[in-house]
Amino acid sequence: MKLSWSDVTPQWMYLNRRAFMAGSAAALALGGQAQAQALTARPSPLSTDEAPNSFEEITNYNNFYEFGTGKDDPARNAAALTTDPWSVEITGLVERPGRYGVEDLAPENALEERIYRLRCVEAWLMVVPWIGVPLASVLNRAGLRPSAKYVEFETLLRPEEMPGQRRPILDWPYREGLRIDEAMHPLTILATGLYGQAMPNQNGAPIRLVVPWKYGFKSIKSIVRINLREDQPMNTWQQMQPGEYGFYANVNPQVDHPRWSQATHRRIGAGLFAGREPTLMFNGYADQVASLYAGMDLRVNY
Amino acid sequence: MIRDLNDRLRRVPVPLVWVLGTIPFALLVFDAATNNLGVDPVQTIEHRLGRTAFYLLVAGLAVTPLLRLTGVSLMRFRRAIGVLCFGYAAAHVLSWAVIDMGLLWGQMGRDIVKRPYLLFGMLSFVAIFALGVTSNNLSLRRMGARAWRNLHRLVYPAAVLAGMHWLWAVKVNEMAPLVWTSLIVALLVLRVAIPRTRGRSA
Ligand code: HEM
Repeated sequence: MKLSWSDVTPQWMYLNRRAFMAGSAAALALGGQAQAQALTARPSPLSTDEAPNSFEEITNYNNFYEFGTGKDDPARNAAALTTDPWSVEITGLVERPGRYGVEDLAPENALEERIYRLRCVEAWLMVVPWIGVPLASVLNRAGLRPSAKYVEFETLLRPEEMPGQRRPILDWPYREGLRIDEAMHPLTILATGLYGQAMPNQNGAPIRLVVPWKYGFKSIKSIVRINLREDQPMNTWQQMQPGEYGFYANVNPQVDHPRWSQATHRRIGAGLFAGREPTLMFNGYADQVASLYAGMDLRVNY
Repeated sequence: MIRDLNDRLRRVPVPLVWVLGTIPFALLVFDAATNNLGVDPVQTIEHRLGRTAFYLLVAGLAVTPLLRLTGVSLMRFRRAIGVLCFGYAAAHVLSWAVIDMGLLWGQMGRDIVKRPYLLFGMLSFVAIFALGVTSNNLSLRRMGARAWRNLHRLVYPAAVLAGMHWLWAVKVNEMAPLVWTSLIVALLVLRVAIPRTRGRSA
């Protein structure tokens, strides 16, 4: 199964989106900014055959508290973010620590398109045609030391351009972490684009994590640091509410969030009367990832 | 000057409040018809209805403190404000049941008893419902003024519960629910702090 987003997107949506993208590109040009850079990526067998959400939906419904807590705040406020120059510092238990450019980590000729389901902890779902490279390729480039058991990620801290960081609603900068086997899993990617173009700022430009079997908050955006370590790192949401958010945050319909059920979700874009869909174990990726958690009690390790 | 204002207010027909009160609903219908509810229309509808109900609850609670503090009387409009609040709260709950939960009765029942924010909302709504259905003259006559007034004191717990419902629903401490719930608490405190007679003598 090798599908790309033009195969699974209905024609009318595609046309709509083209019109929309032309419009936003024109708006960007008027604003004196560079036009969104086009990216080419090869399709991947790991993509879902579900229809992706529209570009408009994906770029106007974001949880990116650095730009505000409203779903449309990032689209409104993220334009001011400077993403070039950008470097990602790889530190800790690696052979070749240092600062890497986005181009070094995700060179154009290595880009793959990964159409993934994205299940938010707030019980909604989207399908996004990401473009990126396996995180494993990046970690291998830096050279893992045998003692590296966990990866820690950090988002940019720049309150001048990220108005949400001026209020202490979370402990900035945002941090996330993965166990090394999760990080090296072929489904885990660092994404630098979506829908054939460079990552829109509100979706985590210029480079972000995507882990499709975990709740969306694990997929940290606008990464500036990747740190390899021996002990389990603390992620921002767990630090804030340890009873509600754990380290693993695997999508799991049987383990509810204390304040709402995770058994079902709403699919964004499905219409007013579409109702809810059952949530799938590991967001539908159980075949590929369930073995990572064999023998673990997922009620305790939520 | 206040007497002048009150005189003028007395000439405002109550039905005008009803008409004004339907504007938020009309805007919601208009936005729905013109595809202007954003990427997640379900959530937009549910939240806007809930917020409107909440604002009307605050407006209703503000009538007495306003009278006692300034002598301006909006008493004539209070019942309309209250019934409008009931209407929006009912629409909010309906939107939750139908378009958000898709009438999954089992999950709805489990959610309400398990989730504090839904339980607070439900209790608040039960109270608002009781006030809404007894807000007519017939109920007032049947129940007698004293019992009716006692029942309608439920608006105080209903307001506090609605504030808790909103506070418990959000993921991080956001400004809006904090500000609005503080306002409710302030209005209740004012009611206790300012004795009944002052407004009358002003
Ligand atoms: C059975 C009763 C009720 C149920 C099931 C219910 C359900 C809900 C739900 C599901 C949300 C959305 C939470 C979220 O998206 O995170 C919500 C939000 C809200 N509800 Fe209710 N609710 C009820 C009663 C009430 C009442 C009586 C009021 C006010 C008088 C109210 C006011 C609000 C407000 C202000 C919000 C927040 C909207 C926003 O964030 O913009 N609710 N409610």
